Amino acid sequence: MATLEINSLRKRFGTIEVLKGIDITLEKGGFLVLVGPSGCGKSTLLNTIAGLEGISSGEIRIGGAVVNDLHPSKRDIAMVFQSYALYPNMSVAENIGFGMEMRGVPRAERDQAVASVAKTLQIEHLLSRRPSQLSGGQRQRVAMGRALVRRPSVFLFDEPLSNLDAKLRVDMRVEIKRLHQTTGTTIVYVTHDQIEAMTLATKIAVLKNGELQQVGSPSEIYNRPANMFVADFMGSPAMNLLEGTVVQADGQQRIALARKDGSSIMLPVPASADPAGLKDGAKVIFGIRPEAVNDDESMDRNARSVIRFDASVEIIEPAGSDTYVVIRVAGKEVTARMRADADVRLGQPHTFAFNLDKAVLFDPATTRRI
Amino acid sequence: MSAADLVTSTPSRRGPGHSRTTRIVIYGLLFLFALVYLVPLLVMVMTSLKPLDEVTGGNMFALPRHLTFAPWSMAWGEARIGVSETRGISGYFFNSVKMVVPAVLISTLLGALNGYVLTKWSFPGHKLVFGMMLFACFIPFQSVIIPMAVILGMLGRIGVNLADLTGWSFGLGNATVNLVIVHVIYGLGFTTLFFRNYYAAFPSELIKAAMIDGASFFQIFRRILLPNSTPIIIVTVIYQFTNIWNDFLFGSTFAAGDTAPMTVALNNLVNTSTGVVEYNVNMAAAIIAAAPTLLVYVIAGRYFVRGLMAGAVKG
Ligand SMILES: Nc1ncnc2c1ncn2[C@@H]1O[C@H](COP(=O)(O)OP(=O)(O)OP(=O)(O)O)[C@@H](O)[C@H]1O
Ligand SMILES: [Mg+2]
Repeated sequence: MATLEINSLRKRFGTIEVLKGIDITLEKGGFLVLVGPSGCGKSTLLNTIAGLEGISSGEIRIGGAVVNDLHPSKRDIAMVFQSYALYPNMSVAENIGFGMEMRGVPRAERDQAVASVAKTLQIEHLLSRRPSQLSGGQRQRVAMGRALVRRPSVFLFDEPLSNLDAKLRVDMRVEIKRLHQTTGTTIVYVTHDQIEAMTLATKIAVLKNGELQQVGSPSEIYNRPANMFVADFMGSPAMNLLEGTVVQADGQQRIALARKDGSSIMLPVPASADPAGLKDGAKVIFGIRPEAVNDDESMDRNARSVIRFDASVEIIEPAGSDTYVVIRVAGKEVTARMRADADVRLGQPHTFAFNLDKAVLFDPATTRRI
Repeated sequence: MSAADLVTSTPSRRGPGHSRTTRIVIYGLLFLFALVYLVPLLVMVMTSLKPLDEVTGGNMFALPRHLTFAPWSMAWGEARIGVSETRGISGYFFNSVKMVVPAVLISTLLGALNGYVLTKWSFPGHKLVFGMMLFACFIPFQSVIIPMAVILGMLGRIGVNLADLTGWSFGLGNATVNLVIVHVIYGLGFTTLFFRNYYAAFPSELIKAAMIDGASFFQIFRRILLPNSTPIIIVTVIYQFTNIWNDFLFGSTFAAGDTAPMTVALNNLVNTSTGVVEYNVNMAAAIIAAAPTLLVYVIAGRYFVRGLMAGAVKG
């Protein structure tokens, strides 16, 4: 039985439909990350799960029971807000214990629970302080403590790390991951940050304009994006998308990328594509991740289908561990992710290779993956 | 003007790049204006401490030659107030206190509750309701006197009936209670405006967090909102206290004779014509009448600049 089940959920604000039929299930101990561009309805979805927003139609189940009409405090959830939302007039201990106080838990039991959570999060020395006397990272911990102490069946996080600086964000990300692994909690997590999404999630849901684009494991989302939006949205730098045509050559179906001079680069059909979806002469979009574009030297030794071609280097962006190289292929810019000491020079032609094991094809009309 | 802005902005110590001369001019002007404002108060205090012959015969700005507190005790306990039997303004002073304290507390609390509902539990039509309350702020005093008198008359009759039935009128018909009702209703527009603006900037996530923690409507109000409202409560209390204490029109209309508030009594004292005008007694009475509002400013003023919301959310 799934811990969280959302069935054809719709949410309207006045006449504007913000969530247009969402279906998601999350198993016990799962970590669901909601990603999508700003305004796509992530927070709204989280708020409807929490019960802070009503829903227009559909069904939300937590632990098997329908919670559509239950008050937020009765849903067996806890939420960590982007702004932390710590009560400024209360000490850290009172903040963490407030929920129990409202539920009438006796003082001694409360203190014990607060102490144990404080120990887990290493904030014991902060218990008597006010939120205003804490650093950003400490506030973040207290906010998590307030959620943890409830021992809910589902944790809801709305961009919990977006107010932290880059370094602290990485630390807290690791901490959340550790927390999830050690306590086996079920988490729904909203973020803008793809790295957070990829590293934390057991399941990613990509939203756009209130519609689910794809739900799947991080590797499914990354390697087999359901459509061009997901392909473009996940991954940094973004996936290269090139226009091509399905042709017959040497008695086999090939993808032709037209060059300016009239010739074309002929590519074998990537293994990920379903041959039934390919008609001769049809236009397709050929998608390939920057790390699958490289030179021969660094090409994945296990790659089965590799195609080589010459291209001139237009931009070189060293990024420390990698170097991003922008080259021109079939009239379009393509980003390659190469090792830091790759021997490329600006304006010089160089032999590059596509690892077609990692390539995907899209139908330009529907934008769906073939 | 947002009340929240008013209370949280701290003026910077020293403006950048002001030369010495500029600062001398600025402080000189400030000193001059302060003096202009303080001279009348000074004259009042000095006059109230002089015997009458020194007042009528001497220079207004001269220091008292025979220091005396007799005018103060006269004003407080013995002076004739209009045609009333009661002597001195002390009784009227307490009339005002009995009226002001409940009126300020009730109107502030209701304003806070209104602000809370209007911002955090907004219902369909909340803008219209708020608009109408705002409109109430701009209705001149004079235009509500007659309808108010009619309503208070009705309440008075209900009070009489209640007294017949139960032996107690529940305060209805009592002049002080009437004034409390009038001031609470009249002040509600302002207090609601203050709190609504303050709570509009209050982070809604705190309310949501409290809801998830299981706090009820009133628990959220009492445990989360009110403890974080000190600056605006102080602004509202000062505003309401000053307005209600200084009100003359409602007081003179709805509370006659011994039930009149301080302002009305002061007027009656000054207008009582028994030969010589006792300026020293009048001045003492006027200072007593102004003292509570001054006191409220002195005590509460320092809370004005406190930013109590620091740390609630990342700023
Ligand atoms: N109370 C509301 N009334 C009307 N429209 C709303 C309300 N709350 C949200 N919306 C609209 O719903 C849409 C989704 O908002 P939501 O806050 O869920 O986006 P989001 O995906 O969380 O964005 P972000 O990443 O910027 O936080 C937005 O277009 C927003 O304008
Ligand atoms: Mg959001």
